Amino acid sequence: MDAIVAEDLRKRYKTVQALDGVSFSVREGEVFGLLGPNGAGKSTTVRVLTTLTRPDSGRALVAGEDVVRHPNRVRRAIGYVAQDSGVDWEATGRENLLLQGRIHGMAGPSLHARVAELLEMLGIADAADRVARGYSGGMKRRLDIALGLVHRPRVLFLDEPTTGLDPEARAAMWVEVERLSAEEGLSILLTTHYLEEADRLAERVAIVSRGRIVVEGAPEALKAGLHGESVTLELAEADHRGEEAAAVVRSIDGTSEVKVEGRHVRSRVPNGAQAIPAILSALDGRGFPVASVTTARPSLDDVYLHYTGREFAAEDEEGKQ
Amino acid sequence: MIQTVRQTGWMVVRQARNLAREPIWIAMMVIQPMLWLLLYGQLFSKVTPLRAGASSYVEFLAPGIICMNAFFSGSWSGMAMISDLDRHVIDRFLAAPASRLAIILSQIVRAGVTAVLQAIILLAIGYILGVRVHGGVPGFLAVFAAAFLLAAVFAGFSHGIALLLRREASMIASATFVQLPLMFLSSILIGVALMPGWIREVSRFNPVNWGVQAARNGVVFDGPWGATAIYLLLLVAATAATCAFATWSFRAYQRSI
Repeated sequence: MDAIVAEDLRKRYKTVQALDGVSFSVREGEVFGLLGPNGAGKSTTVRVLTTLTRPDSGRALVAGEDVVRHPNRVRRAIGYVAQDSGVDWEATGRENLLLQGRIHGMAGPSLHARVAELLEMLGIADAADRVARGYSGGMKRRLDIALGLVHRPRVLFLDEPTTGLDPEARAAMWVEVERLSAEEGLSILLTTHYLEEADRLAERVAIVSRGRIVVEGAPEALKAGLHGESVTLELAEADHRGEEAAAVVRSIDGTSEVKVEGRHVRSRVPNGAQAIPAILSALDGRGFPVASVTTARPSLDDVYLHYTGREFAAEDEEGKQ
Repeated sequence: MIQTVRQTGWMVVRQARNLAREPIWIAMMVIQPMLWLLLYGQLFSKVTPLRAGASSYVEFLAPGIICMNAFFSGSWSGMAMISDLDRHVIDRFLAAPASRLAIILSQIVRAGVTAVLQAIILLAIGYILGVRVHGGVPGFLAVFAAAFLLAAVFAGFSHGIALLLRREASMIASATFVQLPLMFLSSILIGVALMPGWIREVSRFNPVNWGVQAARNGVVFDGPWGATAIYLLLLVAATAATCAFATWSFRAYQRSI
């Protein structure tokens, strides 16, 4: 049985079609990444799957239960760690966890033991009896995760788990997610707008853009599916002739997806070592001195560009507005 | 059902504990009703007809102030919901099997218990100023029930509004809009007999006035208990209505997220 099945989910807010037919499935025990820029529809998808809001149409099963028909059965089976911390600031870490357990119908010594175990596991045992108002961002995030785990859920939703964390806390969070997946055997749906995060943590990813899934698969398979490498040229003279240089690169056989970013010209070629001499001599012949050349195996960034025709970073900025 | 009652209990514990950590809030909870009683009691003390049969104006006023305080604090209590919404605590509860009714009921119980505690403080201060509860045990029960229920009615209303508006500024505007008219369309400050005719008519439909009448029957007049019971039952019905409104408002909130 799949941990999550989403079929053609649609949801509209007044003027925005947030979900425009989202379908994907998450297998039992895997870490699945929903990857996309801000405003793509990731959080709305998660809110539908966690029963916080209803879809206008479509169907979703989480842990085998329909999110619209049996929301309470779904709620008992899932842990939800929202993008924004849901910690009660005026209560201690332990009090937060005890109440969450009680909402799930837990009680007595077994609840206290579970709470102590989680505090220990997530490294906040020392702060357990301090009011959460004084916690650092990373500690609040850990408490959020503990809140999502109290009742031993089968499916865990992590909505942007590292947004707003400093690099150190982010790295620690990655280790934690890997551990949860390996040791607890949880099925995890992770949303992120960090490409490297999805690349590192997710066994499979679905790329979301403007309320739709544009492609779904293992990160390695998606990257391998692109064939070839990306070549980034840095022009020596920053004289705004990037587009002309790009036109030269485009005219060379085998180059594709040529883009200009400032003084950088990026393109995709089947084989970097073979293509670079031809590109360099063509640019040199037209009077474009090149300062440096780098080649790279495709990243998820390239996958995003390939399937949506848009730059991830630009789309991300747009989504924030 | 049992689950809802249990969850309500734990959520009341949460709120009581969090509030107990706010010394300023406790101080305000104690001092503010005392100020009302002392200020109004002094201001109108020379106007004999106002007291409508009570032995002093402050005795007439005490049950009124108890009720005013209860419905004011009830109508502000939705601010707690705004803060829980802003901190995403509500979303966390809703994605867990938390009963929506329990979330609302816990806030109503918290507001009601606070109002009863304040009523006790006011009666203690009043005792020093010469206020006596002439109704004896049923008198005390009537005044505490009136305080609890008035806070509950307006807490339900306030939480419904909080879930619909979800912004502090809008909450403050709507609470203020409701409070003063309802206060002056009731017998909090002056006896029913002294009201202009149209206000007397309107006040019959004002839940605040139901509470004031019940509380005053308990403190000043020692009955009649039949009418008092009817006022209190009306308040129970009003509480059920605003509580249903607040629970329904969760749907509107969830549609919007």
